[in-house]
Amino acid sequence: MNPIIETKELTHIYSRGTPFERVALDSVNFSVNPGEFMGIIGHTGSGKSTLIQHLNGLLKPTGGQVLFDGTDIWSDKHFTRQVRFKVGLVFQYPEYQLFEETVFKDISFGPKNMKLSEEEIRRRVYEAAAFVELPDSVMELSPFELSGGQKRRVAIAGVIAMEPDVLILDEPTAGLDPKGREQILSNIRAYQEARGATVIMVSHSMEEIADSVERLVVIHDAHIAMDGTPREIFAHASELESMGLSVPQVTNVFLRLREMGLDVDTSVYTTEQAKAALLALKGGRPGC
Amino acid sequence: MLKDITIGQYFPGDTPIHRMDPRTKILNVIFYIIALFSCGGIVGYALVLAYLIAAVRISRIKLKTILKGVKPLIIIIIFTALLNMFYTPGNELIHFWRLTITDAGLKNAVLMVARIIMLITGTFLLTYTTSPITLTDGLELLLNPLKKLHAPVHELAMMMSIALRFIPTLIEETDKIMSAQKARGADFETGNLIQKAKALIPILVPLFVSAFRRADELATAMECRCYTGGEGRTRLNPLHWQSLDTIGLICGIVLLIGVIVLRQFGL
Ligand SMILES: Nc1ncnc2c1ncn2[C@@H]1O[C@H](COP(=O)(O)OP(=O)(O)OP(=O)(O)O)[C@@H](O)[C@H]1O
Ligand SMILES: [Mg+2]
Repeated sequence: MNPIIETKELTHIYSRGTPFERVALDSVNFSVNPGEFMGIIGHTGSGKSTLIQHLNGLLKPTGGQVLFDGTDIWSDKHFTRQVRFKVGLVFQYPEYQLFEETVFKDISFGPKNMKLSEEEIRRRVYEAAAFVELPDSVMELSPFELSGGQKRRVAIAGVIAMEPDVLILDEPTAGLDPKGREQILSNIRAYQEARGATVIMVSHSMEEIADSVERLVVIHDAHIAMDGTPREIFAHASELESMGLSVPQVTNVFLRLREMGLDVDTSVYTTEQAKAALLALKGGRPGC
Repeated sequence: MLKDITIGQYFPGDTPIHRMDPRTKILNVIFYIIALFSCGGIVGYALVLAYLIAAVRISRIKLKTILKGVKPLIIIIIFTALLNMFYTPGNELIHFWRLTITDAGLKNAVLMVARIIMLITGTFLLTYTTSPITLTDGLELLLNPLKKLHAPVHELAMMMSIALRFIPTLIEETDKIMSAQKARGADFETGNLIQKAKALIPILVPLFVSAFRRADELATAMECRCYTGGEGRTRLNPLHWQSLDTIGLICGIVLLIGVIVLRQFGL
């Protein structure tokens, strides 16, 4: 399968040639396959946001290339603009970008910029709203009247309404309560399944990432430090720790159990797996 | 891009000029500007220039940084130079098409350009070597006598420090909002003037909303810390007048007197 997005020796240096120069990405090579649900983790300032802003052509590489479907996205101006619609990017705290008088108008901003017909825009807006579980009753309200979680979902719907092949989200659940988090994560999964879309999610929460993604990329200090399935990545608990990251709490519990002399599988990273592993240890007999 | 603007940028350092009291520096800049505009001839300008060069050298600000500050004004400088060159009556030097360059015009142009560059550099030196907060502190103390006339000096200074404090934040915010709207296909580059103005709405509305939100939060935070205005307020870092400041102030006064005396002799 050909990767839908690929970077080759991608390098980004902020404020080059000034005393504030800073290498945010250094020769990063990575690729994303169509339909994949991928997670990106990394310590604060490691370059995650910088990386994802390259994937839809918001930032221009200072070195290297970003390919979409095999073509350099900077090869021509028209293509760059096309890529912006095909790769939808939801920023951190996206609710701060809302500006229209009504929720409907705000969600339709993206589709309108795509110069779609009135009908098509309407269809997409309502479909996007359905994905993020916004009731029809809020569509004519001002986005500024909504609760924080609702605003966040309106902003995500604004990107989903462009029906991007690749949906990238920068910490989509930051600052939400557990219920709001779960809701947004399940909305994202619903979009991925319904459209067969590729999803890339940046997150600080190991639990959240462990529960959702099939593949995990760890960024450390402008480089890609690890790339693999969550099981593979979380098996390197001590290395993650040295990068200022952690493993999910469940994995920590199992690591401790192993230390205490129990023969358990330490590559466990969700509560489901934990339950299965513990039951197996007890010889498959349920109950206490 | 937006971040590259250097208005009022402060370059920390530990030179006598950095250590000087902001009041000394503000007064010195005022004397310097008056001196610059009182120059009667080349010798006067040379004296002011020497003063400026000495100050720049002591402050260890790089020449490159200074040139960068002048760069945005290059159009105004060129425009002034051309106007002076072609529209000053005097003895004709070169004549082509409808334009005449005169000797007086050439001299005027050179002096005008020198004057503008020296004006900018001198005032920039103040902001380069003084942090915005100390600068407003200095201004507040200098304007203190106006409090007798019930002028809201403290409030003005506070507003100024807050405004200065939030310039970088707002620039960063604008950058972020622009990127977010570009990700939704917003186009700020093409189209006619009206379309371009309309394209700004998706940036300005969120920017204002967030500016108001920040103002609200800041006001709450200030109230939580019992801020009630300038009455009876003490400072964390009170300003101290040192001998360095006396020397600085004397230098400024000597420069001004020197230029005025030279002017009497037509120099
Ligand atoms: N516009 C900018 N100008 C200059 N430097 C920047 C800019 N944006 C980011 N940087 C720097 O580049 C580095 C990487 O930043 P980036 O925002 O990609 O980190 P991140 O991994 O997303 O961090 P976080 O988890 O805090 O969001 C940081 O050191 C940051 O200071
Ligand atoms: Mg980030």
